[in-house]
Amino acid sequence: MATLPVDDLAITRAFGPHLSARTRGGSAVEPDRLVKTHCCFCGQQCGIQLKVKDNEVIGFEPWEDFPFNRGMLCPKGVKRYLQGSHPDRLVTALARDPSVASGFRPMAYEQAIERAAREIQRIQDKHGPSAVGVLGGASLTTEKTYLLGKFARVCLKTPYIDYNGRLCMVSAGAANKKAFGIDRTTNPWSDMVGTEVIWVAGSNVAECSPITTNYIWQARELGAKVIVQDPRITPIARTCDLYLPIRPGRDAALFAGVLQLMIENGWIDRDFIERETVGFDEVAAYCATWPVARTAEVTGVPERSIRKAAELWGTAKSSFLFHARGIEHHSNGVQNALGTINLVLASGRIGKPKSGYGTIVGQANGQGGREHGQKCDQLPGWRDISNPEHRKYIASVWKIKEADLPGPGVDAYEMFRKIDAGEIKGLIAICFNPKVSLPDNQFVTRALEKLEFFVAIDFFLNDTARHADLVLPGSLHEEDEGTVTQVEGRVIKVNKAVECPGEARQDWRIIQDLAKALGRPHGFTFDGPRAIFDELRVASKGGVADYSGITYEKIERQMGVFWPCPSDDHPGTPRLFEPGSDNPVAKGKGRFYFPDGKARFNVADYRPAVDDVSEEYPLFLTTGRVVSQFLSGTQTRRIGPLIKHYPEPRIELHPRLAEKLGIADGDWATAETRRGAITLRAMVVTTIRPDTIFIPYHWPGDKSANRLTVAAQDPISKIPQYKVCGCRLRPADGPPAYAQEREAQQ
Amino acid sequence: MSVPRHLEFFVDPSRCIGCRSCVEACTECDTHRGESMIHLEFVDRGASVQTVPVVCMHCEQPTCAEVCPADAIKRTGDGVVQSARKPRCIACGNCVVACPFGVPELYIDRAIMMKCDMCYDRTSVGKKPMCATVCPSQALFFGTREQIHALRPQSMPTNTFRFGDQVIRTRVNVMVPRRPAAPAQIDVTAAMDERPPSRAVRLPVVGDDADPFAQVEV
Repeated sequence: MATLPVDDLAITRAFGPHLSARTRGGSAVEPDRLVKTHCCFCGQQCGIQLKVKDNEVIGFEPWEDFPFNRGMLCPKGVKRYLQGSHPDRLVTALARDPSVASGFRPMAYEQAIERAAREIQRIQDKHGPSAVGVLGGASLTTEKTYLLGKFARVCLKTPYIDYNGRLCMVSAGAANKKAFGIDRTTNPWSDMVGTEVIWVAGSNVAECSPITTNYIWQARELGAKVIVQDPRITPIARTCDLYLPIRPGRDAALFAGVLQLMIENGWIDRDFIERETVGFDEVAAYCATWPVARTAEVTGVPERSIRKAAELWGTAKSSFLFHARGIEHHSNGVQNALGTINLVLASGRIGKPKSGYGTIVGQANGQGGREHGQKCDQLPGWRDISNPEHRKYIASVWKIKEADLPGPGVDAYEMFRKIDAGEIKGLIAICFNPKVSLPDNQFVTRALEKLEFFVAIDFFLNDTARHADLVLPGSLHEEDEGTVTQVEGRVIKVNKAVECPGEARQDWRIIQDLAKALGRPHGFTFDGPRAIFDELRVASKGGVADYSGITYEKIERQMGVFWPCPSDDHPGTPRLFEPGSDNPVAKGKGRFYFPDGKARFNVADYRPAVDDVSEEYPLFLTTGRVVSQFLSGTQTRRIGPLIKHYPEPRIELHPRLAEKLGIADGDWATAETRRGAITLRAMVVTTIRPDTIFIPYHWPGDKSANRLTVAAQDPISKIPQYKVCGCRLRPADGPPAYAQEREAQQ
Repeated sequence: MSVPRHLEFFVDPSRCIGCRSCVEACTECDTHRGESMIHLEFVDRGASVQTVPVVCMHCEQPTCAEVCPADAIKRTGDGVVQSARKPRCIACGNCVVACPFGVPELYIDRAIMMKCDMCYDRTSVGKKPMCATVCPSQALFFGTREQIHALRPQSMPTNTFRFGDQVIRTRVNVMVPRRPAAPAQIDVTAAMDERPPSRAVRLPVVGDDADPFAQVEV
């Protein structure tokens, strides 16, 4: 039973988060060596040099030659080194033990592996292979995600594997696949500089992907007009040329209205549409139902601003449009993303220098992590697990029978529903913290408690791992090597700087140790990430995400290789869809990845959000990040200087709303939805719509924004609807219970 | 060793995103023991997300040094004003009060004034200051005047500041727009309403003795 072994606070006392604030290096300490690698956090994957002394990362030195960030770093990158040698670092395996004050007792690594294998075997013998599920992380290297996907399907023979990229980019990925046949941002970010107009849809660039700010503002210096669509005035919105203050959840309506104005005014590229696309007429017919007055009424964006957006976008000669979770985290997230793609395709500006479209990757390896097999419906190389040809090829690489390869599984949230229903009884989770990161997370907690056996692999005891029967000590980013694919589609190399401490192991070793202990080592005897990558190259060959021509040496030589890269002599593909470009699907018939080579317009249907505002819950709740924290905070809530920036989650609300409710800046306020309530301090700011409140989601327990969010999911991508739900707000009855005990610490 | 004259420091507040990367990077220098010598200020978070990074401007005639009774603040030949010298500083705080840019800070526990010295340990050996290297929006930039002209055609560097009768020239430049900039977005409601809301603005009205600042609707 995966209940908490002891009180949550007792576990916190033992395993943290404690704060590491000691500056270890500074300029006075001479490091033994500098290791060129990348940041361990978001999908920008900035180049950084780690200072290493005596098997310890003691600081950093900017890596100014790396072309994407040229030495630039956000505060998370600057202070990331403080998680090495952290007092909370797991250095032994842990076994759940309610008789111990901390709830866990150390266990020898080998014994822990044997016990994990025994329990998995027991559950599978009794209930079948599908009774065990696997959850992966999109921050893992591509090698690890490949190995994990293979482990689930070949070793465990379960279809149930998914990953936390489900919470990140899947709406964009599904829309990209439907429209272009390939799921990748189209251009390197450097193409932004020199473009005429940039449309930022639902992306708080400055806080979530800070390095991108420089690209946008450099473009602005050279004359680009910047359009920002967001319910909040974010730092990038502060100086934009056109700000669209959209109501949360209305994005598809806005895109339809803008496209309608483009059609009415002749601001579309008829030749391109005719020559290179299919499906425009259906989209045009749908957009005709979105005259500007209706669009304004639904979206909350004034007519004049919608007209201005259509004119700026429609009349430009070059343009760049990108979006992020703001439009994707919705129960109609795929439709929203398709709406942006329709604007891009109608403009005819794609597949050219200075004209691009992209989605901003949230997690470190959100891109590579989903291409090579830990997504429930995909096999390596972005192959379809339901496609007999694709299955046959991967089965041949893995040297198994195609019939032995399980079919598609279910998304990460659905796996918890299956746990709740008793269908999945054993769970292996690696670098995934669903107790904080999934919506309606009190349900997730209840589901976790039903597991017969739960083994977590991580380097800190995250909030979900506290429920585990066994915790296996995994590796920090700097303790392993491997590849990652960053926001531009550039495959880069993470390099090892230090050895794992104590009994901690690289995650790929742990996975292979489990396979061996299960008596199923076939296909899990790699001697390192390079060997895994070499098999991955073969497995991806001929697929859409073709990495077969990428080598570690080529990555280092070119400072990254853009996929697809189908052969040893191929330099990679920085820009997709250029005229004359070839791909394995169209085979010369066109530049888009469909058999006829043409891009697809898709009707991007507006649907109201599930659990929208109502009389009972009249406010929009939206959630997101702050710059100093990363995702569920497993790592960043342990780094003292980052906590100082934004110590506690706050509820942002507009002064008009604050006045109406009688809430002053700094007051305790209670936000309630149909799932639950949390009490936080209010932050009264004019930078948010008066009908909307915002709460950052990096905190657990009583401060968790995901106690409030709804588990509604997009029917295609299964991404949860984090970015909107009906909510109400009131002055709190008093300080919350946690304030006395925990506020100062966390 | 010195900081080459052709390399200059430029501050562009319009680019600041308030991420505090500069603040964190500054703490990585041992010369000031893990303290950041950069201030990062929200102008008024209630009304805007605008933030401003404040570094030492390295004045040609540093007021901080002029008012120092212990002669503890020195300016190097290459124009970098250094933190107070430990043996001399008496922690009187004159410099803190006198600096027109509000930069020096007194560290009572150590009885010394410390402030940004333009990463002298780095800039004097051909590297960039840590803050300007990492700044993700390049609100802080270290390079040549030619580089900044190419990168920021819509703004220009200025290093002459007037405080009352005092005119100060600095080694650090602030980027100012060449043309009047578009008004920054500060209140969402202004972008929501079809008709821009009237704004109450106080304007001085000459000859109105009763109320020199009449309330004017615009």
